[in-house]
Amino acid sequence: MMTFLKSREAILAGAIIVLLALIASRFPGFIAPANLVRVFTDTSPLLLLALGQTVVILTRCIDLSVAANLALTGMVCAMLNAAMPGVPVFVILAVAIGLGAIMGAFNGILVWKLAIPPIVVTLGTMTIYRGIIFLISNGEWVNAHEMSAAFTGFPRASVLGLPVLAWFAMVMAGIFILMIARTPLGRSFYAVGGNPHAAVYTGVDVGKTQFWAFVISGALAGLTGYLWVARYAVAYVDIAGGFELEVVAACVIGGISIAGGAGTILGTILGALFLGIVKNALPVVDISPFWQMAISGAAIITAVAFNARSAKAKGRIILRRAQAQGAQA
Amino acid sequence: MTDASNTRHIPDRLQSNAARILKSWEVLLLGVAILIFVANSFASPYFLNAWNLSDATFNFTEKAMIAFAMALLIISGEIDLSVAAIIALASTAMGAAAQVGAGTFELVLIGLVTGLTAGAFNGVLVTLMGLPSIVVTIGTMSLFRGISYIILGDGAYRGYPADFAFFGQGYVWWVLSFEFVLFAVLAVIYYVVLHRTNFGRTVYTIGNNATAASFSGIRVARVKFILFLLTGLMAGVAAICLTSRLGSTRPSIAFGWELEVVTMVVLGGVSILGGSGSIPGVVIAAFVMGLVTFGLGLLNVPGIVMSIFIGLMLIGVIALPRLWAKWRA
Repeated sequence: MMTFLKSREAILAGAIIVLLALIASRFPGFIAPANLVRVFTDTSPLLLLALGQTVVILTRCIDLSVAANLALTGMVCAMLNAAMPGVPVFVILAVAIGLGAIMGAFNGILVWKLAIPPIVVTLGTMTIYRGIIFLISNGEWVNAHEMSAAFTGFPRASVLGLPVLAWFAMVMAGIFILMIARTPLGRSFYAVGGNPHAAVYTGVDVGKTQFWAFVISGALAGLTGYLWVARYAVAYVDIAGGFELEVVAACVIGGISIAGGAGTILGTILGALFLGIVKNALPVVDISPFWQMAISGAAIITAVAFNARSAKAKGRIILRRAQAQGAQA
Repeated sequence: MTDASNTRHIPDRLQSNAARILKSWEVLLLGVAILIFVANSFASPYFLNAWNLSDATFNFTEKAMIAFAMALLIISGEIDLSVAAIIALASTAMGAAAQVGAGTFELVLIGLVTGLTAGAFNGVLVTLMGLPSIVVTIGTMSLFRGISYIILGDGAYRGYPADFAFFGQGYVWWVLSFEFVLFAVLAVIYYVVLHRTNFGRTVYTIGNNATAASFSGIRVARVKFILFLLTGLMAGVAAICLTSRLGSTRPSIAFGWELEVVTMVVLGGVSILGGSGSIPGVVIAAFVMGLVTFGLGLLNVPGIVMSIFIGLMLIGVIALPRLWAKWRA
């Protein structure tokens, strides 16, 4: 219990509650359930991408191509819908996830088979994917009137009081918590990031694990691409420009160590929520939205400084912690 | 970030100097540069014209100035993704000063000091607090540009003094622009610093093994701090040139440049993992990128499509030698 209270996640959750309380003290409407649902829905794309980015960062990689992947998949879905309005939504979902996964796999192959540093690979594919959007769309927009009602209605449709978009984020978060903690693949992400050499000796294929992390990140980016384009009912070259940094920021604020192997899905969720709340609260408390960028920058620096400090205090005494946990069990 | 299982083969006999030079990265890159130059002069009748070529150099001189300092920083095992944001901050500071009637000398001073201060801020966070530079500079990237957005919003600064225009628009002799001359002088200075001084050797030593470097009496933190200062300073210099060339400041100035600078450095043969690379490589890479951008521009290829080429080049130049080695093995 005490270890939980001292954990990064508890502190971050505390910070979020304090933040909400501060906003609510002057603008009680902000924490009305309907508004919280709205804030959560607005944060869902960030959360979905951050989940994928988390597994990538856990394996000591980074995926800077997620926003470009999202934009390209979104454009393909929008053009598909504009050309063939009869195609059902579940086919479009499959196309989005499949296309996103292929782009992720391309990153993964380069990292796995050619051992090119992930930051170089994804910097490159980021510009390539963005450029391809221009090539296939000729720089033109796909607007709301070209999309079918079923296409744009899907992420906004309400199920049990929540939009489908928010359900996607919640269900995915649940799946990731289980996947990370309970499946061999989930554990191997930690093994690869924590100590790649030891991972090899325990029979984990480092490159292959990193490959799957990229595929997962890509698939989520693809899924979010469709949801994004359908929600805002517009697709163009520059959608979600610079979003990759916000995604990395959510992970870092959530305590995912950029050195790999440390962090939890709960942390990522809280990190994304923190950024989402700040973003949505700024107009409410009448601060110019131009402050948002500086605030998220300051939040990243604070979070990483804080994480480093707590890591220094504890050290990486993995064995002792494992023994302590074993004794409790 | 991932350490590829790179076993080093120590040959029985060193290759002759001539063979080593012929097989070097720089010569390969020079070949590519010449190839692009020849292809361009065939593709467009407007290419081989002294004034057009002089105009073309503006495509890369400002980025290359930063790339020199960035090369040293990456060789030492760190990275600075906030350089474009430093340009925005320095340009905003100069713009604000110009509004209250600062002269050209003051403006230059303000640009340089802002760059140095921002570099020092990064340096303190990375070297004094021991934080990972990639996360810190993703944070300061948001922070610095965020401050520009807070100050400027969607507005712009204009009204720079007339003689301030010299830095970005002036010519020293015939077609030789001030920027190009500055680029050449800086290239020589950085060449000497990296390849001919003790300081340069320590940069390589740190990049190859920071622990060993500190045990052999090198003040690792101090050297890295100086490199962050230098990178900030060069971003300040680039900000002066760019602001002078554009004659106005918006908070979105130089957006995305950090990626092009890193691409230039990596294309120039600097290992993103640190420890190896050269200034001549970066100089040739600057020309390659400038020529590609300019040549495609003459053929009316839109900027975003050019970025596909840049991305492909970034991945291609690293992937092809590795594919070749795999295929021969």
